[in-house]
Amino acid sequence: MKALILVGGYGTRLRPLTLSRPKPLVEFCNKPMLYHQIIALRDAGVDHIILAVSYRAEMMERELTDLASKLGIKMTYSLEEEPLGTAGPLALASSYLEGSGPFFVLNSDVICDFPFNDMIAFHKNHGREGTLVVTTVAEPSKYGVVIYDEVGCIDSFVEKPQEYVSNKINAGLYMFGPEILKRIPLKPTSIEKEIFPGMADQKQLFAMELEGYWMDIGQPRDFLTGMCLYLGSAERRKTDELASGSPFVGYVMVDPTAKIGQNCKIGPNVVIGPNVVIEDGVRIQRSTILGSTKIRAYSMLNDCIIGWNCDIGRWARMENVCVLGEDVQVKDELYINGGFVLPHKEIKASVTEPQIIM
Amino acid sequence: MVIKAVILVGGPEKGTRFRPLSLDTPKPLFPVGGVPMIQHHIEACCKVPDLKEILLIGNFQPNEQLSQFVSAQSKLHKKIIRYLQEFAALGTAGCIYHFRDQILYGSPSTIILMNGDVCGDIQLEDMLNFHRGREKAMITIMGTEAVPSQSVEFGCIVENKQTHEVKHYVEKPHTYVSSLINCGIYILSPIIFDFISATINTNVDHRVGDGYADLSDLSSRRGVLGRHNSLASIGGAALVEILSLEKDVFPRLALSGGGMFVYHTVGWWSQIKTAGAAIYANRHCLKLYHKMHPERLAKNVDKDSPLIIGDAVIDPTAKIHPSAVIGPNVSILPHVVIGSGTRIRDSIILSDVHIEDNCCILNSVIGWGSTIGSWTRIEGTPNDPNPDKPFAKLEHLPLFSEKGFLNPSATILGAKVSVPAELLVLNSIVLPNKDLTHSYKNQIIL
Repeated sequence: MKALILVGGYGTRLRPLTLSRPKPLVEFCNKPMLYHQIIALRDAGVDHIILAVSYRAEMMERELTDLASKLGIKMTYSLEEEPLGTAGPLALASSYLEGSGPFFVLNSDVICDFPFNDMIAFHKNHGREGTLVVTTVAEPSKYGVVIYDEVGCIDSFVEKPQEYVSNKINAGLYMFGPEILKRIPLKPTSIEKEIFPGMADQKQLFAMELEGYWMDIGQPRDFLTGMCLYLGSAERRKTDELASGSPFVGYVMVDPTAKIGQNCKIGPNVVIGPNVVIEDGVRIQRSTILGSTKIRAYSMLNDCIIGWNCDIGRWARMENVCVLGEDVQVKDELYINGGFVLPHKEIKASVTEPQIIM
Repeated sequence: MVIKAVILVGGPEKGTRFRPLSLDTPKPLFPVGGVPMIQHHIEACCKVPDLKEILLIGNFQPNEQLSQFVSAQSKLHKKIIRYLQEFAALGTAGCIYHFRDQILYGSPSTIILMNGDVCGDIQLEDMLNFHRGREKAMITIMGTEAVPSQSVEFGCIVENKQTHEVKHYVEKPHTYVSSLINCGIYILSPIIFDFISATINTNVDHRVGDGYADLSDLSSRRGVLGRHNSLASIGGAALVEILSLEKDVFPRLALSGGGMFVYHTVGWWSQIKTAGAAIYANRHCLKLYHKMHPERLAKNVDKDSPLIIGDAVIDPTAKIHPSAVIGPNVSILPHVVIGSGTRIRDSIILSDVHIEDNCCILNSVIGWGSTIGSWTRIEGTPNDPNPDKPFAKLEHLPLFSEKGFLNPSATILGAKVSVPAELLVLNSIVLPNKDLTHSYKNQIIL
């Protein structure tokens, strides 16, 4: 079975992290973002993954190909010369997708307990061209909502509804039969706006409801929300990935190579990456600390993504969605409120209001 | 030769800009450099060999705190120190005139007069010699340089550069007059009381002559005596004794061309009008301790005591965890408890404060008996004068900007404020007995 992952471009929404590493390799809960999907796809029986990319990054290809070969998966890169939207990449990769039964298509920024096996069964059961996974959101007016009947047959899509019509939105996970490829021209095309409505009119598209959490983690604020959901998910709690006991509070994931000092309080909702050093008396909540970073004594982090190789000074306080790029130094005793800091910066003065530090 | 000293300590309706700290303690007793503000005045006076007595004049109701301070200082320095209470705020000239019999009792040859809310490197002996060397001197004012733009906030002095005689004096002028300003520290000869008396009589004559019109000026300034009462009391005591040295006496004395001199000091000097100014004054006071009282400065002892960076005073009854880091510019008062990993810089921690672990306290005053939970950050913004600008004084910024926002300033917690763990209090003023439940920035919390 095959899968196409829409990776796209530079991941500008996740800057400054993506200035140092291509987005698929930025670690979400101690695994590169794309690994979560690749592993779940492998577990569902996928043996060939096509990555639709709009730029080529040697680092990304090397790392992903290594992982794929370990998992026994064939990895193909399908490069767009010009941005082809959300449907065009299927046409571009049609030579790989044709002829061998249904395949998965997914947005690379989505995190959830991937229901690929359920999708296969659901798709087989309705026997039409496409399956679209929907998830429930509290505020549907920001999204396009999906209207479907009791068996899941999609009737229509409503973009950003003013009045409540449904709280089910497109989760960015699909399964299609190869027939869909006939619908897609090789030019910039939106699958949501130009392909799905026609399929719905012909009763060829079915909605499958997702159980559990779902998040598009393409932006820092959502990355942190997604982290909380991921750590708290029922699946996760069954595994031994989470740390327990003092100094941990709530759901915390710690790489075994990280070192943590005395009198700290870590959690809830913290991910600590490999070779991170946390000194004494540190308080961290709702944050991701990426690899090889040093958090010096008595500092306090809340709602932060700290990039690789950073150095946070003693008694620093960082909160309200701070994102540090790679190799950023924050001097002792500073207060950083919602700072986005580009790589290789040295912060010597407090940042009291949210801003980008070039 | 007998010398006496008078320290004007003001009253509860004065020092409002020092709130909320002056809600719980008389401002003159607020600690700077770990000791009450006016103890520095008393110590400076007690170094004068012939000093016989120190009189504190103000209109605070006598209270235990004040009387304990007076008796303790009196015992410590083996001098007579007394507190004289005005029945109402009489003005700087009015109050010393009212108590002239007490001041002149024992026939002092010279009188030291100091405002209670100034702080500085005060060397009275040299100033006394200056005064004694000028036979016709009725009064010598301590003067210091200010930057021209700031001088209008003070009393401005124009002198004869050769003789140092004051030619012109104006208090807080609207336009630039002189960069030489009044420090609020004076040496008086007893004859000054004759001049004050003459000023009072002139004022009364003037007022009677002018009828109603001019009275309103004085009564509105005082806000105590209504117009009707004022009229009734002309010639009596109540009205005529309300008199300011800076506004009523000095300008007239300068004009009369006799007996007012200015002594220049180049040492550090500042007023203490706001709570933020206390942090600035604390820094300089600790610096002066290197020369005057090195024994008061905290020292790095060993691994079992906290690390001290720069200047700090720590009361011996304070309990501080060895992993805490204190200084520079920190005063820690009696019975304070500070937990592990707590950092304190540029702050005054008043008595009975409890600070838990891993806190960070910067540019703040923590009121008596307050409690601070772990990982909480209390931070203010310093507005110290530009150190690269010679003679620059502390700006006493208004509380609010022209746009109506709170100007960033020191963070001040009043007495018995409780701040739970992990919060942030930034550039805020918290009134006493408040239990905070969340973080605050740039706010006054009633």
